[in-house]
Amino acid sequence: MPTRFSLVLFALAGLSVVANDFFLVQIGAQAAILGLIALSLTVLAGWGGIVSLSQMTVAGIAGYSVALLGSNSAGLGFDLSMVIVVPSALAIGTVFGVLVGALAGRTSGIHTIMITLAVGVAVYFLANQNYTIFNGFTGYAGLEAPKIFGLDLRQPVPFFLLCGGLAAAGWALVSVIGRSPFGIGLIGVRDNARRLTALGYNVPAHRLMAHGLAAFLASVGGILLVWYNGRISPGTISVGPMIDILIIAVIGGMARPIGPFIGALLFVLLKTFAIDLVDPERFNTVIGLVFVIVVLVSRDGLLGLADRIRIPGLQRGADGETERP
Amino acid sequence: MKLKTLTALALAATLQTGAALADDTIKFGAIATLEGPFAVLGQEGIRGVELAIEEFGGEVAGKKIELMVGSSNAQPDTAVAAARKLVEQDGAQIVIGPLSGSEGLAIKDYSKTQPQASFLNGGSAAQDTTLRDPSENFFRWNPDGAQWVAGLGEYTFKEKGYRNIAIVAEDYSFPYTLVFGFMKPYCELGGKVAERFWVPLGTKDYSSVIASIPDDIDAILVTLGGSDAINFLSQYQQAGGEKPMVAGSITVDQSVLSSKGRSKDYLIGTPTSSPVADTNTAKEWTDFVSAYQAKFPEGLPTPSLFAQEYYVSTKAALLALQEVDGDLSDQQKAFRAALSDLTFLTPAGERHLDENRQVVTDIFLSEIRPGEDGGLVSELISVIPQVNQTLGDDRETFLAYGPVGRDNPECK
Amino acid sequence: MKLFLLTILNSLTLAGLYFLVASGFSLVFGLMRSVNLAHGALYLLGGYIGWEVAEFSGSWLIGIAAGAVSMALCGALLQLCVFRFLEGQELRQTLVSIGLSIIVADVMLATWGGQAYQFEVPDFLWGSVKIPLLGLKYPIYRLFVLAAAVLAGILLWLLLNRTRLGKMIRAGVDDRTMLEATGVDIQKIFVVVFALGAGLAGLAGVVGGSALSLSPGEDLRYLLASLVVVIVGGMGSIAGAAYGALLIGFADTFGLAYSPTYGVVYTFLIMIVVLAVRPQGLMGKSS
Repeated sequence: MPTRFSLVLFALAGLSVVANDFFLVQIGAQAAILGLIALSLTVLAGWGGIVSLSQMTVAGIAGYSVALLGSNSAGLGFDLSMVIVVPSALAIGTVFGVLVGALAGRTSGIHTIMITLAVGVAVYFLANQNYTIFNGFTGYAGLEAPKIFGLDLRQPVPFFLLCGGLAAAGWALVSVIGRSPFGIGLIGVRDNARRLTALGYNVPAHRLMAHGLAAFLASVGGILLVWYNGRISPGTISVGPMIDILIIAVIGGMARPIGPFIGALLFVLLKTFAIDLVDPERFNTVIGLVFVIVVLVSRDGLLGLADRIRIPGLQRGADGETERP
Repeated sequence: MKLKTLTALALAATLQTGAALADDTIKFGAIATLEGPFAVLGQEGIRGVELAIEEFGGEVAGKKIELMVGSSNAQPDTAVAAARKLVEQDGAQIVIGPLSGSEGLAIKDYSKTQPQASFLNGGSAAQDTTLRDPSENFFRWNPDGAQWVAGLGEYTFKEKGYRNIAIVAEDYSFPYTLVFGFMKPYCELGGKVAERFWVPLGTKDYSSVIASIPDDIDAILVTLGGSDAINFLSQYQQAGGEKPMVAGSITVDQSVLSSKGRSKDYLIGTPTSSPVADTNTAKEWTDFVSAYQAKFPEGLPTPSLFAQEYYVSTKAALLALQEVDGDLSDQQKAFRAALSDLTFLTPAGERHLDENRQVVTDIFLSEIRPGEDGGLVSELISVIPQVNQTLGDDRETFLAYGPVGRDNPECK
Repeated sequence: MKLFLLTILNSLTLAGLYFLVASGFSLVFGLMRSVNLAHGALYLLGGYIGWEVAEFSGSWLIGIAAGAVSMALCGALLQLCVFRFLEGQELRQTLVSIGLSIIVADVMLATWGGQAYQFEVPDFLWGSVKIPLLGLKYPIYRLFVLAAAVLAGILLWLLLNRTRLGKMIRAGVDDRTMLEATGVDIQKIFVVVFALGAGLAGLAGVVGGSALSLSPGEDLRYLLASLVVVIVGGMGSIAGAAYGALLIGFADTFGLAYSPTYGVVYTFLIMIVVLAVRPQGLMGKSS
């Protein structure tokens, strides 16, 4: 594992030397950010069987926290130091995710999808209408990554390395947790909650912890997303982006933590270059078709396909992950 | 893992070349809402850009113009994403757009991070895009929402004799600006506003709003765009409403007037003001209309205001380029100076920029009348000459009114 | 007082529209356990097709029939060509329906553009009528929507409770395996139910499109409305859909009338409260 991790870091550093700024930020950083948010679905859906549509909302709550607590150009908020803002935003996002989990935990399967969708839409409308906290339709602008020890994280290369590094850390974290008793227990809960209860597991608490971990990952992504865009508005957390996260996770595959990043990279490439390949307006048809085809031919996205045709490095177990039954 | 890295590297290699510039072309990027609810308006904007470039034969100062199009969905984030791709990947030197209010605020912020490119607004009309904290390289050759309705407040009060009105408008930055522009003169004359209904963008069911409109008003100021306007009109009419309307520009844009269905007929006789009037007889306007109709037979009966505004911005850029002989060197210094000093005759009369790079323009007061082919047109009543952003006040006084919002002005 | 009465009427009529859309959604879910998130797309597509046919034939009623029939066919095709192959995999069915709705929405935008479409309703439904006793003027068409919803509700109830097909459907909802064991061809019933649900969406598309208008984004709006209605009312229950539609109709309308700023949020708050107290919905059977 450590060798793989350092390999990834090495690759990131290499990329930052050869690729141009646009590729680093618009493709690389964006894919890392969306991948991080979608990574939360590996925990929730891949292991826990809890398919949530509100992960973008969790990320958005963390992002709005950064906007409101830190400095922005809307003249609202507290203008606190980043040292306070970032941990607070992570905490707020995580707590929000746990609350959604507590609400959704009373339901299962398809019901969960619908309830998380509805929660996300409720937050979207609230953000759109509220001017005291969310600044309404316009949202917040002027949100920039901080400078740390003279290193300006707004510059393309540092920002790319920040996003890529955190994505790699997220991937490593989830990989490790996946093999821990917690991760294995969660898969057990998914497969047979009753049996696990009989074995003395506290199933609801286990699920809540999964929501918490997922919300933390999504919050990290949400904070980076705000820095990436330099702004946040209700459009960032509307239904389209909420579904995009699910699409990314499903296309990539949710069994192992590398899946969401593959999905995110493909999604970002399609989204950015569809305008050069097909009519710009028809991007949705392209992504919709890719999505439907991937779902129809594979049980677990591109990862599932890779397992079948045995692409080196992407096979099941190659990351040392727990297998999906 | 290796495979992914290799693929990424290969991609990176191909992408490196993206921003390379050829000396004999000038790269234009256009951003418009080609997705989502404003797709029709976005299409109109792009038509305007194409018309202006065609007028110059596709080149300026011996350099070929390359047009690249970026698409947004009226959300600020997507507009910035489109701008990023155009500027940072495709190497656009001049960007035309965006179309809607909050997008404009976002692009203004973005333009500050890209000093090597110039940004010319498309249709967006929020006030603070240029009034407060303007950007050095963001130029708005288009009036803001408050300028759009210049003269309408006075006309409503004096000529129409309405003393007490209700306002129905969408709940975001652009309608705030427009309603502010209407209310400022109207309230100063002594007009009263009985109630303001700020409805969320995309509201379909107006029955509750209609039920809440007081009985003792003289008229309703409607500032709703596209399908929202049509929904409101149809439901108001079906509910037996009989009050006359006063229309904020977008409510009676050609994209509404040429929509399918009968409820728009209720608008006949409605006064409005806007940077366009369909029956304007000025040569620049009629030439523009014929050029539009010839190039886009599938388009609207007459060009909408977004086609005109994108056209004007593009043409301004081209004229300035002509003047400096296509010189975009030294952070486009010469070009920007030429653009700031430019004065030219647009389809909407003479326009030039103020010190915040915001346009000063004629505005057209008009009323809605049946057109020749069964559609509706806005018939020109009078021209309000050279309206500036501060609506005739000096800058200090005007800024003291504060940023536009749901409750500004109070109109006591 | 006038505002209050009008708001009640508005709530009832909006609830009628919600019921028309959501009943089909609920029906499909109840029997097949699959959430068809393309339901909103069927609503809008039915509306557009109905509009084209009404324009071509000059008859609004033919337009309604066209919207309903075309979507019933679409629904049957969806079941036969797509969902049948994913039986028992609810999540994948749902995901495919999300993908399909994205594609359909985009194709509709390409075909019909972004502008609003309004139906020319027959003259006897246009305008307003004075309601005796209350002394209010009210749009005739909205009363028609309410009547149509009530009629649809009664017909659905009769179908489910008084016909052989209905008995089989209800048996399938309660215990699918038992029904299959008795020799019933459940695949046929699936197709019929899916067609019925989709047909209702198409019908609602024309009826709703005439009350408001058709434009991009309406698909999502009615999908969300249907979701909330069936979550609150309880999945798979027609009575639940009716209660849910009423509750949401009232919340929407009173919210917008008395507290316009946060009106839209109340609907979702109600849903969250219902979920916290009764996760299976008002009329849902606990699993």
